[in-house]
Amino acid sequence: MSAATIHLAGELLQLDPAGALHWPARRLLAVSDLHFEKGSAAARQGSLVPPWDTRATLDILATLLRRYRPHTVVALGDSFHDIGAASRLLGPDAARLRAMAEATAFVWVLGNHDPLPTGFRGESTLEHRVGPLVFRHQAHPGRVMGELSGHFHPKASVPVRGTVVTRPCFIADARRIILPAIGTYTGGLDVRDPAVRGLFPTGGRAFLLGQDRVFSFAIGGRPAMPPPALTALGGGPDNGGRIRGPKP
Amino acid sequence: MLPYVTGVTGTLPELFAAWFADRGWSPRRHQLDVLGAVQAGENVLLIAPTGGGKTLAGFLPSLVDLAANPREGLHTLYVSPLKALAADVARNLDRPIADMGLPVTVATRSGDTSSEARRRQRETPPNLLLTTPESLAVLISQPESALFFQDLRTIIVDEVHALAGTKRGDMFALCAARLTAIAPQAVRIGLSATVAHRVPIAAFVGASRIVEVKGGAPPEISVVLPEGRLPWSGHMGLAAAPEILARIRAAGMTIVFVNTRAQAELLFQALWRLNDETLPIAIHHGSLELDQRKRVESAMSEGKLRAVVATSSLDLGIDWGGVDQVLQVGAPKGVSRLLQRVGRANHRMDEASRAILVPANRFEVLECEAAIQGVAEGELDGDPPRPGGLDVLAQHLLGLACAGPFRADAVYDEIRSAQPYNALTRKDFDDVLGFVENGGYALAAYDAYRKLFRDSEGLIHVMGERVARQHRMNIGTIVEEPLLKVRYAGRGGGALGEVEEYFVNMLSPGDTFIFAGRMLKFLRLKETICEVADGGTGEPKVPAYAGGRMPMTTNLADRVRAMLQDPSKWQAFPAEVREWLSLQRSISRMPGRHDLLVETFPRADKHFLVAYCFEGRNAHQTLGMLLTRRMQRFGFHPLGFVATDYVLAIWSAYEPFDVARLFDPDMLGDDLEAWMAESSMLRRTFRNVAVIAGLIQRHFPGAEKNRRQVTVNSDLIYNVLRKHQPDHVLLRATWADAAGGLTDLGRISGMLQRIQGKVTHMALSRVSPLAVPVLLEIGRESVRSGLTDDDLLAEAEQLVAEAEGRALPPPTPGRDLRQGRLAL
Repeated sequence: MSAATIHLAGELLQLDPAGALHWPARRLLAVSDLHFEKGSAAARQGSLVPPWDTRATLDILATLLRRYRPHTVVALGDSFHDIGAASRLLGPDAARLRAMAEATAFVWVLGNHDPLPTGFRGESTLEHRVGPLVFRHQAHPGRVMGELSGHFHPKASVPVRGTVVTRPCFIADARRIILPAIGTYTGGLDVRDPAVRGLFPTGGRAFLLGQDRVFSFAIGGRPAMPPPALTALGGGPDNGGRIRGPKP
Repeated sequence: MLPYVTGVTGTLPELFAAWFADRGWSPRRHQLDVLGAVQAGENVLLIAPTGGGKTLAGFLPSLVDLAANPREGLHTLYVSPLKALAADVARNLDRPIADMGLPVTVATRSGDTSSEARRRQRETPPNLLLTTPESLAVLISQPESALFFQDLRTIIVDEVHALAGTKRGDMFALCAARLTAIAPQAVRIGLSATVAHRVPIAAFVGASRIVEVKGGAPPEISVVLPEGRLPWSGHMGLAAAPEILARIRAAGMTIVFVNTRAQAELLFQALWRLNDETLPIAIHHGSLELDQRKRVESAMSEGKLRAVVATSSLDLGIDWGGVDQVLQVGAPKGVSRLLQRVGRANHRMDEASRAILVPANRFEVLECEAAIQGVAEGELDGDPPRPGGLDVLAQHLLGLACAGPFRADAVYDEIRSAQPYNALTRKDFDDVLGFVENGGYALAAYDAYRKLFRDSEGLIHVMGERVARQHRMNIGTIVEEPLLKVRYAGRGGGALGEVEEYFVNMLSPGDTFIFAGRMLKFLRLKETICEVADGGTGEPKVPAYAGGRMPMTTNLADRVRAMLQDPSKWQAFPAEVREWLSLQRSISRMPGRHDLLVETFPRADKHFLVAYCFEGRNAHQTLGMLLTRRMQRFGFHPLGFVATDYVLAIWSAYEPFDVARLFDPDMLGDDLEAWMAESSMLRRTFRNVAVIAGLIQRHFPGAEKNRRQVTVNSDLIYNVLRKHQPDHVLLRATWADAAGGLTDLGRISGMLQRIQGKVTHMALSRVSPLAVPVLLEIGRESVRSGLTDDDLLAEAEQLVAEAEGRALPPPTPGRDLRQGRLAL
């Protein structure tokens, strides 16, 4: 496993292929859109999808905590799929999350899915500032510097050998980074969607999540040479409807 | 073997005999035989070629009974896989009913029927109800279904050959079992085209008697080759466009059948480029807008067309009449399929149908000859029936609960009375029921969201009207790929049809593609609409559709192999083909009938391995994925593979040796397991299973926004389920499906067992004549490899970096090879 390094507002940051961002200087780990209990939300609507999504997401989080041993974890919002999600956590999952939040300082940035504090230990906030960086759920339009956010669940499609590979991705330019969703059952919004693209007027880079590393491709703007362009819109086969990130 | 009925010929009442006589007809023997069987209360299967008056034979017993005993309420249920066929049959029934003044009411019901019409049907049921399997399943899930069907006398199921062995067939069989439970007196009549497996088809209908009409005049089938050299490869048959046009010109009305929608588009373009006289030639395939298809169909029946280029969308169903000849361009793929298509020409039984085969390449010449022999010998093909899908069962069980509470034991017996489920184990049944109940997961998390509950007496109930309503919205077994509408840009831009989302992902704005017989320019994607304009320049792309190419049948493959083995049969082939085969015999050898010929040879810094498996393209694709993984482990460094219906070719950096070991059946162990985790084909299979079983809902009552927030991608579900409960009933259903279809694992494992110890390896110094066609497919077909998606992304990233001057190209592996360094 190797993380990619990137600079933002003069700070060195690492992009982990599991979808988390690590800031070594501050021993800070940022994760976004965990969407705990999306599975039971679907079940409530009649789709009895396998119930291990929260556990699987916690497994990822636990691996990241072991890998980086951070002092602070910033969850960039939509950590819980809906307002009732925290109360739907199964006993063992709730206990595990509680233990994590007691061992490490958590900052719960509030998102549109989880606008209220959930009672898990840590600071609940709309915005978290550390040094030159600001952490919020949804990117602010217009000029910012050093902004880290989630919300859009970005994904990108790359044509390869007559087929297309679609993966969740980070998107970054010199001013901001948008993190991919970590939640096990989260879908994605294509990086070419105007809602995302408008935030990177001069283009940027997408870092697609792989098994052991991230893969970097230019998006938007005008790269030095035309690369195999990221495709228009959309992604791999999905469930009949286009899977989108939640609307703001 | 079931007997052909001769004894119980029914007698026609005076009124009906007079009606036949007035029209200058006399009732056919099989029509009277079916009448006799039904009057004796026996289920009957009628097998007859098209044009045999099959439909009338099916309805005659009901009309006769209703004429003698007029009554209110539902008497006969007619089920057809084609909506259009039900409507057509209803129109055709109008005539005898009106002519004889019969007291019989008729109605059709499908997904398009208005809620007002449905309400009327519920309140005053028609005597004859014509419907589809899906609409029948919806009817059965209604609480009033027992009342609605209780006096049913006859169930007619049409096109049985197209239903049996499919998931829609499973659905119908389950519904029929329920109808029999409600109305034990109802007699079943199955109507089928000629089939290879008569007995299983009869069992599918539950028929104790078979009435079979032997085909009339044998069809006249010939082969036409393109002028000039016979192509080595390619499947489109475009080289023969001038000959095809000449045949169209020489006949009144022609159907030009092709194998894929992409081929239809390309051949249509090729014909129109030559069509100086502007003969009216149209195109018809399943992705075109319904309106457009209907326009073509009515132009056909009005005799306004000279030809229509069509895919399997015209294989079944309505008798168009007036079709003078059928052309099959490209490989026929199977004897039954060819017969079905040939039968579209000339629907009069006593005259020979005329058909012309146009092979697109040399191997297809062999296949065409084999198919003609197969037709002459009446050796049909088709898979023997497979067990019913557990996903369909899940859907049906919820439907039963929606109709009313049931006991598990009674329903288990009822289900096993349906032929596809006669071997269903109690464990599978209980697991499926558990899945419907609460997901059936090892982690009991969903007690609050269960769909079924058991009362204190053990009766199983549906959990509320909301679950029932949602279930009825999601009934069906046809799972479409995500499709995008193709539409002209601008307000009120006309719709042209649908393409797969996957194809649109490969387009950039400005790209040209061929669709609906037009050259279109891709402008943009707007939500789920692909906006286009006419025109466009540059090399056009052609949309391909998943599963669009069916593999050659085992039966036909055997015939081709047998012909290759026997040079005395080569006389039938054109000289070029004979020379090609003779050359193969002197340089290498011919593939044997019972062994597996594998050739290896070096070419251009690479080593090629060509296996003559003859198991069909889908099986070869899967085998290619498995073999490349194994070659990777053996250190041969495979670089890619390409599969045709006949052979599989793999190329590698290092020379493969111990070739027989490569084909050891243990490939189906670890390599298969590893491949299953990755395979997009299996993911697609799982998705279909998950949708049919109701794990993923296609339709939600209420807001679209709501739906988006709770829709979980099936790939994500597949990953979680494989990891946490690998023996879950839906994964078991997925593996069962993988034995056939896109992965065709069943054919691979059969072959690996068969050829054990019988691999003939020819190590050649250069390419053999038989290997030329598949090598030419490289670059034309999408080349696959055992590479994972991550490998592909790394490669793309590296290429871009090289192009931007940020990285150096890697060293060529071929150089190491010349230095004799074999990595193992």
